[in-house]
Amino acid sequence: MTNNKSIAETEDEIVDDFELLGEDWSEKYNHIITLGKTSPGLPENLHIEENKVRGCQSNVWLVTHTEGDRIIFEGDSDALIVKGLVALLIKVLSGHTPDEILDTPLTFIERIGLQNNLSPTRNNGLAAMIKQMRFYALAYKAKAKL
Amino acid sequence: MFYRRALFYLIAWASFHIIALILLSLLFRMSINKLGKTSKSVITNSEHTIKDTLPNLMATRDDFPILHSTVHGKPLVYFDNGATSQKPHTVIDRITKYYETENGNVHRAVHHLSELAGHAYEGARDTIKTYLNASKREEIIFVRGATEGINLVASSWGRKNLRPDDEVIISGMEHHSNIVPWQLICEERGAKLRIIPVDENGELVLDEYKKLLNENTRFVSVVYVSNGIGTINPVKEIISEAHKYNVPVLIDGCQAAPHIAIDLQDMDCDFFVFSGHKVFGPTGIGVLYGKEAYLNEMPPYQSGGDMIKTVSFEKTTFNDLPYKFEAGTPDISGAIGLATALNYVSGIGHANIAHHEKNLLVYLTDKLKAIPGMRILGEAKNKICLVSFVIEGAHPLDIGTMLDFEGVAIRTGNHCTQPLMESFGVSASCRVSLAFYNTIEEIDVFIEALNKVLRLLK
Repeated sequence: MTNNKSIAETEDEIVDDFELLGEDWSEKYNHIITLGKTSPGLPENLHIEENKVRGCQSNVWLVTHTEGDRIIFEGDSDALIVKGLVALLIKVLSGHTPDEILDTPLTFIERIGLQNNLSPTRNNGLAAMIKQMRFYALAYKAKAKL
Repeated sequence: MFYRRALFYLIAWASFHIIALILLSLLFRMSINKLGKTSKSVITNSEHTIKDTLPNLMATRDDFPILHSTVHGKPLVYFDNGATSQKPHTVIDRITKYYETENGNVHRAVHHLSELAGHAYEGARDTIKTYLNASKREEIIFVRGATEGINLVASSWGRKNLRPDDEVIISGMEHHSNIVPWQLICEERGAKLRIIPVDENGELVLDEYKKLLNENTRFVSVVYVSNGIGTINPVKEIISEAHKYNVPVLIDGCQAAPHIAIDLQDMDCDFFVFSGHKVFGPTGIGVLYGKEAYLNEMPPYQSGGDMIKTVSFEKTTFNDLPYKFEAGTPDISGAIGLATALNYVSGIGHANIAHHEKNLLVYLTDKLKAIPGMRILGEAKNKICLVSFVIEGAHPLDIGTMLDFEGVAIRTGNHCTQPLMESFGVSASCRVSLAFYNTIEEIDVFIEALNKVLRLLK
């Protein structure tokens, strides 16, 4: 499914949504939990070792396929907050070309303030997920050149 | 006159009814309690706690500045004492005083400050010797923490004594720090690691342990109290069984030190380690106790200043115990802070601590069990006030993250005990671990917050 909005436009939308929630961090987390609950996730048979993203305290699975020159991401986690974060990343990055994914620096995490509230020591694996998605983009790009 | 009498009758009538109502409600509450409890009445138990023990221990809360903080606008409920404990004023002040008035390097110079620092540092060693009831001060080695203590023994004792096909016994409920050092040294020396199994209650299967002991066994290293599920292991029995084969035993006392009185001479272990920060002392300091005979025959672990007698480029001779194992400038302020912490704990008294924490454990366990989908991991007969649990349909990571917004600090994950968690068939759990400064009221706040979080997550 082609994403008609640019990565930056989707990021703006997400930032707007979060700004509506005000300063209360528990509200922002409630929102992420709702995103997790409503995310389709992945069927049970894809919850396998080779789809796992390393570096997370919970289990995170990520699968991809391409539609034309676009990468489609699908993901899941057994923890709701993490599943919500996966859903946010998919909303931003899925349906874009490898070049778009690799060339657009992600700003929404910092703009929402998630960076400070999701410190690396919390092991939620946000950084690991982004790295994994970029890695897929790189792999598809290399494959396209062959 | 008539009005006065009428008023009197009215008051008497009203008071009678009010008293009757109070009595009735009390009776009703008692019967409800009886209905709700299968065995002993826990509510009565907790009320007893609040009345009889809390006033003394409640006062200790004022000794800990951090306990009065707010987190996300809510009063802090600190239930992650298994990870690290909070520090009383007296420890913080002692460290400040050391740096303000006594700071010098130990065992070196002849000037006044060096003497003050040396006196305080060696005094700390004496305090620790007394606290643990060790027989000699030379047997008390300052290390960075339990991890360093275990690594020291595994590396120094293990490299000298382990041969191919020798066996080292640990248990299935060890912290990674009491698994990996033995794994590494066994691999290096061609020795084998044997594991005492854990049963479904979270207790060690001692019959299996006795079967594991044989003429090839060279060392036993076992945790006193499990950091993952709170089980208090029968260490005396474990030690005496190993001694039948002349096998030395190391006891990892990290989770025991804040909750249980330690008597090393009575326990008769050959090595004992604990970390200062878990027993209300500073981070970066811990203790390795070793019987003199073992420590004397062990080669140095690290080398440098203070651990040597004479150095020439041809040959170095090593210092006596305990300095042989304390290379470099030690954590002087840490040692002094730790001694202050142990004196503080002694002042409260282990009997008072045990009594209060037992009541907290009974109340906490009872409240947790009332939550639908609750599964407590490990319900050993002997436990410290630490409960590990999973709840159907809610991930521990989500629970821990959302509880933080309610001001409640708990631990989530595998607690550095992956094999133990796997034996319960989970990869992560929630763990609440209490200390003597925690209260029944805090448990109520935690349970209410947990229920709120579960409504959100499910």
